[in-house]
Amino acid sequence: MPPPLQPLTEIWVYLATTPLLGLTLTLVAYQLGYWVYARGGMNPLLNPVLLAVAALVALLLATGTSYTTYFEGAQFVHFLLGPAVVALAVPLHQQLPKMRRLFVPIVGGLVAGSLTAVVSALALAWALGASKVTLLSLVPKSITAPIAMGIAEKIGGIPALTAVLVVATGIIGAALGKFVFDALGIADYRVRGFALGIAAHGIGTARAFQVDAEAGAFAGLAFGLHGALAAFLFPAIYIALRHFM
Amino acid sequence: MLAGVTWLLVYQCIGEILVRWTGLPVPGPVIGMVLLFATLATRQAVPESLQTAASGLLSHLSLLFVPAGVGVMLHFQRVASEWLPIAVALVVSTVLALAVTALAMRHLLARQDRRDADVGGP
Repeated sequence: MPPPLQPLTEIWVYLATTPLLGLTLTLVAYQLGYWVYARGGMNPLLNPVLLAVAALVALLLATGTSYTTYFEGAQFVHFLLGPAVVALAVPLHQQLPKMRRLFVPIVGGLVAGSLTAVVSALALAWALGASKVTLLSLVPKSITAPIAMGIAEKIGGIPALTAVLVVATGIIGAALGKFVFDALGIADYRVRGFALGIAAHGIGTARAFQVDAEAGAFAGLAFGLHGALAAFLFPAIYIALRHFM
Repeated sequence: MLAGVTWLLVYQCIGEILVRWTGLPVPGPVIGMVLLFATLATRQAVPESLQTAASGLLSHLSLLFVPAGVGVMLHFQRVASEWLPIAVALVVSTVLALAVTALAMRHLLARQDRRDADVGGP
């Protein structure tokens, strides 16, 4: 006689003690999210990161699984953000001739966009009564997650909250970019991609690559430059301003 | 591919070590990126294994944000109590950043095109 089947909850509890569960769930949820996104004609509102995060949060809450347990496995995916930042050197290097030729528009767009993102976010959140920790966690929200979390840590925000704000910003930018550009009559894919990279970092860049290769290249250039400059400048500006706060 | 991944990790490691050592307020991987960029700039071509590893990682970039995004679970309370400032700040500032970046760049590109036409034109 075969042994009686184990209840599903016990199997879940066993799996949750190994990294296998969190890792597998992350990959499955993302690919399901991507499938829905592709089936939906790459509608920017069906962002795959948003769908995957929503599905995973719902599943973890429904099964009473803690984020710590989930992260045991998901950390292997999360870890790759570091090497991905280093890897940005490769597309940046390939864009070098373009960067030289379009130096003024690139630097001008970068500075204008970066300042707009930080100043408008801080002013609005402050005016609506956000706490100081939330404000500090908001500062690097347009920078790619691993760099933003590093900046948040250096300036006294909460890195994990920053990560959430960064991902939300990326999803918002990737979802709304098309509508903003169409409303402003901006058809140049170089400009559309670059603005997505500045305002919505890696998630905006992923979106740009899905729409047009040149848009993707400019988005990658924008988000790499933005991340690298912000990593050096934001903490320095914070240290300089700290005496006045 | 393996050599490429190894190079990325070695540069990240060097970056982390330099940051710890010098106390620079910059994330380690950024230093790794700057050093790798400098290395590539002194060479003519990007090694194929590095190219493969980098494009492999970057083509699934949005997947890498999922674990951090699920971290919203830990901050439900803060997000719930400050949802209005957070939501308004994120949506409005992102739309403004998209618009200002695009308008500034379009303006500067047009100016540069005019100047190039003046210099190089017949």
